[in-house]
Amino acid sequence: MRLPCPFCGSRDLSEFTYLGDATAARPDPDAPDAASAFFDYAYLRDNPAGPHREYWYHAQGCRSWLTVERNTRTHEILSASLASGNVQ
Amino acid sequence: MQFSALSLAYNALTGHRHWKPTWRDAAPKDAYDIVIIGGGHGLAASYYLAKEFGFRNIAVLDKGWIGGGNIGRNTTIVRSNYLLPGNIPFYELSMKLWEKLEDDLNYNTMVSQRGVLNLFHSDAQRDAYARRGNAMRLEGVDAQLLHREEVRAMAPFLNFDNGRFPIQGGLLQKRGGTVRHDAVAWGYARAASDLGVDVVQNCEVTGFRIDNGKVEGVETSRGFIRAGKVAVAVAGNSSRVMSLAGMRLPIETHVLQAFVSEGLKPAIPGVITFGAGHFYISQSDKGGLVFGGDIDGYNSYAQRGNLPVIEDVCEGGMAVMPMLGRARLLRGWGGLMDMSMDGSPIIDRTPIDGLYLNAGWCYGGFKATPASGFCFAHLLATGTPHPTAEAYRLDRFETGHLIDEKGVGAQPNLH
Repeated sequence: MRLPCPFCGSRDLSEFTYLGDATAARPDPDAPDAASAFFDYAYLRDNPAGPHREYWYHAQGCRSWLTVERNTRTHEILSASLASGNVQ
Repeated sequence: MQFSALSLAYNALTGHRHWKPTWRDAAPKDAYDIVIIGGGHGLAASYYLAKEFGFRNIAVLDKGWIGGGNIGRNTTIVRSNYLLPGNIPFYELSMKLWEKLEDDLNYNTMVSQRGVLNLFHSDAQRDAYARRGNAMRLEGVDAQLLHREEVRAMAPFLNFDNGRFPIQGGLLQKRGGTVRHDAVAWGYARAASDLGVDVVQNCEVTGFRIDNGKVEGVETSRGFIRAGKVAVAVAGNSSRVMSLAGMRLPIETHVLQAFVSEGLKPAIPGVITFGAGHFYISQSDKGGLVFGGDIDGYNSYAQRGNLPVIEDVCEGGMAVMPMLGRARLLRGWGGLMDMSMDGSPIIDRTPIDGLYLNAGWCYGGFKATPASGFCFAHLLATGTPHPTAEAYRLDRFETGHLIDEKGVGAQPNLH
């Protein structure tokens, strides 16, 4: 698997570190349902078989955080962009 | 008796055309007391439901063929060398069930207690392993802390003087070892089928029929099947199946690779693990060196992994066992792991009445097969969890009662 880094181009998987699901949005800690919202955020996952939006860190390259869309059935990369500005 | 020296001779002389199938390939009926989804742990559960709890009207559904899922995609290691109170009694129950499995099933599952040796490479790691060994012995599990020369006597071929990770000793569980994984599937299938369980293959669940918060049955590729209780044991695909019931789980699916070398003469006495990386190895009775390491680390349903992990596993192998470099790799494969948020499994009821879940086995599912089946059967039959599996609750993530052996938190690819 190779990931298309917006800065560095197509780079080998071994340069990247995986964080996980990029669709979870950090809840408001002051909301009345914060406890259950944080449980959802920290522990529950959609875990889809198919397209999956996820965070990768280009640790051995430009050290950018990326948002990558990847098919979990085939490992096909559908898109990759800088995560900065889009973090939820 | 299905197999004897006489039947072998008869079939050898008649071209092996008269062997009977080992178990009935059942067609699904319209309704059952209990429908179990998943022909791995689910098969074990059906056997214990029939044998220990007297249920007969049970079906096990598998989307493929028996032995074609994760029960055929593991490294066959069994052990009970855990640290935490929620885990040790459960895995020890499993170990005890392994020890009598062949008598129990009347099937040669090739249970071989050849020992599991975890190497340590630093003073801190010695302390950690001593603690683990003490925790095991407090629960009545066998554990021995070996010093370097004792390890050398067992396995002289290891690289004791690696400049970075010299071997200082090891934690040995002598009762651990390996079991022939396919035979476990076949043995449970035959024993369950003989007790009246319908083992239904090529029957994929496509939905649940839920009315007013109570499950009524499952929609499948072979029609609707009514059920008093539905039990889901489909680790690797738990999130997908439970999403059909509208549930989200504290689980991510990851791929774990394993490898086998060409067949060699007996070289490795038991199971050996490298403490400074993640590498474990044993030798099958056929002679192949069976080994593996970390999961790839990203969500995947692909049943195949990538090259960096293969390189990492082989580097670990070469660091601890340089003689491996002379062996050729025969093949590698990937299996899907239900990686839970604390690295421990779930055996529990769900908020939907009559729907039960057995999931989150991470990459420790094979060794747990008998106890997982037994405890799941206990829960399905009695409505209360088995005492050794009480900690495996679905709501423990919400209440904070995590069982995190590694202490890495809610990051499934690190467990």
